[in-house]
Amino acid sequence: MACGVASIFFVVLIFLFLVKEGLAVFRSVSFSHFMFGHKWYPISEPPHLGILPLILGSILVTIGAAVISVPIGVGCAVYIAEIAPLRVKEILKAGIELLAAIPSVVLGFVGMVTLVPLVKNIFHLPTGLTALSGSVMLAFMAMPTIVSIAEDALYSVPKNYKEGAFALGATHWQTIWRVMLPAASSGIVAAVMLGIGRVIGETMAVMMITGNAAILPKSILVPVRTLTATVAAEMGEAVVGSEHYFALFAIGIVLFVISFMINVTADLFLHRRP
Amino acid sequence: MRNPYRTQAVAFFFLLLATLLIVVPVGLVVVIIVQKGLPAVNWTFLSDIPRQGMRAGGIFPAIIGTFYLVSGAILFALPIGLLAAVYLTEYAKDNLLTRIIKLAIVNLAGVPSVVYGLFGLALFVVFFKFGASILSGSLTLGIMILPIIITTSREALESVPASFREVSLSLGVSKWQTIRHIVLPNAIPGILTGTILGLGRAAGETAPILFTVAAFYLPQLPGSVFDQVMALPYHLYVISTQVPNVDEKIRYGTAFVLLALVLFMNLIAIVIRSKFRKKKKW
Repeated sequence: MACGVASIFFVVLIFLFLVKEGLAVFRSVSFSHFMFGHKWYPISEPPHLGILPLILGSILVTIGAAVISVPIGVGCAVYIAEIAPLRVKEILKAGIELLAAIPSVVLGFVGMVTLVPLVKNIFHLPTGLTALSGSVMLAFMAMPTIVSIAEDALYSVPKNYKEGAFALGATHWQTIWRVMLPAASSGIVAAVMLGIGRVIGETMAVMMITGNAAILPKSILVPVRTLTATVAAEMGEAVVGSEHYFALFAIGIVLFVISFMINVTADLFLHRRP
Repeated sequence: MRNPYRTQAVAFFFLLLATLLIVVPVGLVVVIIVQKGLPAVNWTFLSDIPRQGMRAGGIFPAIIGTFYLVSGAILFALPIGLLAAVYLTEYAKDNLLTRIIKLAIVNLAGVPSVVYGLFGLALFVVFFKFGASILSGSLTLGIMILPIIITTSREALESVPASFREVSLSLGVSKWQTIRHIVLPNAIPGILTGTILGLGRAAGETAPILFTVAAFYLPQLPGSVFDQVMALPYHLYVISTQVPNVDEKIRYGTAFVLLALVLFMNLIAIVIRSKFRKKKKW
């Protein structure tokens, strides 16, 4: 029992320590300045600690990744669950697991050497380290989550729903579109949310290929900097106990709260009994 | 009227396309890394220290560092995770506490890896004064892989049929003895799978070790758990973004070693799982 409670303990502990270190930043900047300030110059004198550019950077990259990964991910889940022959299915599932297992720093590295020059050449940009490159790379990190959970959801639709639709003369596709997908919808929504959660929290790949410019992004073809990348890139240089250090922990709180909300909502969707 | 079979053919084509859009790039990533990384890997590369500001030499300290970190993480996470899984499957009643524990595990799994890094920095490095050390890094990674171990162990324990327990209990064996001698031995392959997946995850993560242990450049091996070490994923990050003019070969070689390590662990996990499935008597 003690060990079961340990997991609650760790969640609370994580939150407490983030709060302990992070809230100190609000002694020097107000909450609204921190969240909606346009300037992130943490080591200028006096420091400007507004994380709006970082939030927008995260949102931009996340939306881009979602637009790419959701249709492809759900499509792939449907293919694996419904259409693929048994043997192909096993191979595809192994492939998806493989993708999930590749460390994000390796994907980031591959993105740097392949995707970044590609984006640069296609759009004739001064640099290929852009929000778009980040979105494409992150889409691949969200896909395993989306595919495996959506596939589970499709798989757990009772078999007689499908048989009923077939018996009424529906084609396989009509059955998938009108019966299977609606029946699995709450699981698919959860899959999409968890995929997006993965994208928002992803750090290394994003730091390596989005260019890390903490400015308000004007398009998807400029460098951006996300919340996670900011923490990872700057914590090494921040002096323990400085405003900068506290501000980075406050970003940690923001990330923790976002992931907490996504996970709780996704969990509600997953365990919703029809 | 539209021909439903034509619609179906078009739809299935797009579904196949979506699948290929995932599978082909994954294949490409692996092929690129193997093709360019494998020629760079030889015995010197694996057993030598980095030289000339990491532009030459090998990656031995990073391999050893990752080995220490992963072992430490599993030493910490396996006992706690396994006991938590036993509690949840065998003892926990379906009440509010259990619901909250499960939700906490889901949340632990979803916390961004860099937030684990922050947490490790605040708790282990600063508060407990362990400093940036193997101990801090291992504990941070351990907490990170806890949800993986709990979830997979629970699945393994739950897949042991209830009748096994009932027979054992009906013979007058105590609940703990039943778990110890009947349930756990039957769940070992599943637990092992989870442990190895956890190992793979811990070996590949960079963000949690950024501020808790990883050394930019440290050619000697650690002497105690309070020393910093180099680690493979961080080393790859450093030589591909922080150090200019590193030979491509070294970058690809490092990426290859890391990828091979992680995929090898996953492969073992998959093999154990499929063997177990075939052997299963119930």
